[in-house]
Amino acid sequence: MPVEEGVYGLLAEFNTPGAMVHATEQARAAGYRRMECYTPYPVEEAATALDVHHTRVPLLTLMGGLMGLTTAFLMQTWMSAISYPINVAGRPLFSWPAFMIPAYEWTILFAGLSAAFGMLALNGLPQPYHPLFNAPNFRTGATDNKFFLCLEAADPRFELADTRAFLEQFHAVSVVEVDL
Amino acid sequence: MATKPISEPLRHPVNDPMIDPRTGEFAVIAPGHNFASVTQKISNVVLTSHTPLGWFFGLIAAAGVLTMMIVAITWLVLRGVGIWGVTIPGAWGFAIVNFVWWIGIGHAGTLISAILLLFKQSWRNSINRFAEAMTIFAVCCAGLFPVLHIGRPWLGYWLFPYPNTMNIWPQFRSPLCWDVFAVSTYATISVVFWYIGMVPDFGTLRDKATHPFPKWFYGLLSLGWRGSTRHWMRYETASLLLAGLSTPLVLSVHTVISFDFAVAALPGWHTTIFPPYFVAGAIYSGFAMVLTLAIPIRKFYHMEDLVTLRHLDNMAKVMLGTGLIVAYGYGTEVFFAWYSASHWEWFMMWNRMFGPMGWGYWMLILTNIAIPLFTLWWRKLRVNVTYLFILSLIINTGMWFERFVIVVTSLYRDYLPSSWGTYRATKWDYMLYVGTMGFFTFLFLLFTRFAPMIPMNEIKMMLPQAKLAGGLDAEETVEETA
Repeated sequence: MPVEEGVYGLLAEFNTPGAMVHATEQARAAGYRRMECYTPYPVEEAATALDVHHTRVPLLTLMGGLMGLTTAFLMQTWMSAISYPINVAGRPLFSWPAFMIPAYEWTILFAGLSAAFGMLALNGLPQPYHPLFNAPNFRTGATDNKFFLCLEAADPRFELADTRAFLEQFHAVSVVEVDL
Repeated sequence: MATKPISEPLRHPVNDPMIDPRTGEFAVIAPGHNFASVTQKISNVVLTSHTPLGWFFGLIAAAGVLTMMIVAITWLVLRGVGIWGVTIPGAWGFAIVNFVWWIGIGHAGTLISAILLLFKQSWRNSINRFAEAMTIFAVCCAGLFPVLHIGRPWLGYWLFPYPNTMNIWPQFRSPLCWDVFAVSTYATISVVFWYIGMVPDFGTLRDKATHPFPKWFYGLLSLGWRGSTRHWMRYETASLLLAGLSTPLVLSVHTVISFDFAVAALPGWHTTIFPPYFVAGAIYSGFAMVLTLAIPIRKFYHMEDLVTLRHLDNMAKVMLGTGLIVAYGYGTEVFFAWYSASHWEWFMMWNRMFGPMGWGYWMLILTNIAIPLFTLWWRKLRVNVTYLFILSLIINTGMWFERFVIVVTSLYRDYLPSSWGTYRATKWDYMLYVGTMGFFTFLFLLFTRFAPMIPMNEIKMMLPQAKLAGGLDAEETVEETA
C-alpha cells in the first residue's frame, strides 16, 4: 500500500455543492472508498454519492424509548404497590392508568437523550483534534461557504500523485495534502 | 397556491425585491444572500468586538427588573408564602397563573422547531433558534413558581423519586406529580434540542473567531464539529427524531398541566375541553411572544432580510388559527355550563362573567378574542410590523387574563357560600411576576450576544445556490462561478 507516512489524505476544495458531488461520484466510480465530504450544511446528494444514508440513530432512539417506558412503569409500580403501599380513598394500589403519564414522559426523555447522545457517540464527538483542521483552507471554509472532498490515504487505491491528478480534473479550487 | 396571471393588476409594487411579482407572495428570505454573507451577517453579531450600546442599556434595565425578582424571592424564603395574596379558598393565585402563562409561552418555540420541521415548513428556519431559546428561558421562569409555591423551596427535590431515608415516594396518581415529570422532561429535551441544533453553528463561530478566547470557547461548544457528510446525516436523523419526540411532548406538557385543573371536581375546572384548549392557548401566546421578541430583534440587528414579512405574516396566521380554537374553547365552556344544567357550573360561569371579578373575563374577551381575531384577517395588518408588535403584547396580556380567570374565578366561589372568599394579589406577587420578565429578558439578551440567534446552516439550505440545478451538472455550475 503506497501510503505516504504522515499524510491523512488529499483535500479538494470546491465552490459549489454540485461540483463536489460530481467529484465524489466520480471518485466512487473510480474505486475509491475511504473518503468523506465536508459541507457547511447537510447536502443530501453527497450522502447519496457516498452511500451513507443508513444510520443507527433511530435504533438507539427506539431502544432508549423502550427503556424509559419500562423503567418508569416498573419504578412506579414498585414504589406505589410494593415498597410503600398507601390506600388512598380505596383506589387500587396498582393503578396503572395513572402511571402511564410519567411513563410516557420518560419514554420521550430517554428516547430524546438517546437520539442526541447516540448521534454524538456515533459521530465520535466531541473530538477536538482532527487532521483536517491542519489544512488552513478547511478551517476557513468548511463551516462557511466551501465544499470539500477528502480522499483518505488509508484507501488502498490512494497514491499521492495519481490521486492528486485525479482530483485536479474536476476544476477544484485547490487540492492540498493534509498532514496526519 | 394558484399562480396569478401577470396581466392581472398587481397589488404590490413590482420593484419590491421582497415580493414575487407573479404570485404576490412574500419571499421567505430576501434575495441577494450567498453562503458567505449569511455566515458573516449572523456570526458578526456574536463575534464583533463592538457590543452595541443599546444591548448594554437593555441588559442593565433587565438586570434592574431581575433584582426585583431576587428581592421578592429572598423575602419569600425569609417570611413564607404568607406574603403572597394566596388564602383559603383562593389557594392558587399568581403562582399558578404565572406558571401556566410562562410555560404556555414556551410552547411556540417547540412548535416552531418541531412540528413545523416535521411539516417541512422551511420558513421556520429563520426563527426557530430564538424561539427555542425563548422556550428554555420561559420554562426557567415557569419552573420558579411551583417550586416557590410549595412554601419550602429548598425541599423541592422531594418531588423527585430518589432513594431516601424517609422511605417515602412521590404520589404517582397525582397530576401535580405528573407535572414534575412533564415539565422536567420538557426542559431537558428543549435544552438538548436547542444545543444540538447549535453545534454546527458553534463550529462556524469557532472558525470565524479571530480572538483566542472566543475561538477556544466556541471550539469547546462545537465539540469538534467539521461538517462531515456522515455526521450531517446522523445529525439530521437525530434532529428529525427529536422533533418527532418533542411534538407529542409539547402537546402532553400542557395537557398534563390542564389535568391539574381538570382532575379537580371544581366548577370551572372539571372540564374535558381543557387539554386541547390549553394547548391551543399556549401556542397562541407563544407565537405572540415570538413576535414580541422577533420584531425588535430584527429591527435592532437589521435582520429584516432573514426574518422577513413572510415570517411575520405566517406567524400572524398561526395566531389567527389558534386564537379561533381558543375562542371556540371559551364558547364551549359557556355552552357546557348551560347545557349540563349543573347549578354550580352555571353559577360559576355567571359569576365569572358578571361577578366581582367580571372585569377580568371581559378584559380577556377583549384582548384575546375581540381585538386580535377581528383584525388578523387583513393582510395589511398582518404585515404591519408596529401593529403586530402591539397586538402581540395585547395577546400576551389576554392569555395571562385567561389563566387568571380560570384559576381565580373558579376557586374563590365554589359550592358553599359560607366558604366563599376573595383573592387579591399583594405587591410581592406583582414584584415576582414582573421580576421574572426581567429574568427572561436578561437571559434572552445574553443569548443574542453570545449564541447564533439564527441558524446559519439551515438558512444556507434555503439559498438558491444550495439547490443542485438540473440534477448534477457539475461542469456548468463550476463555469458559472468561475
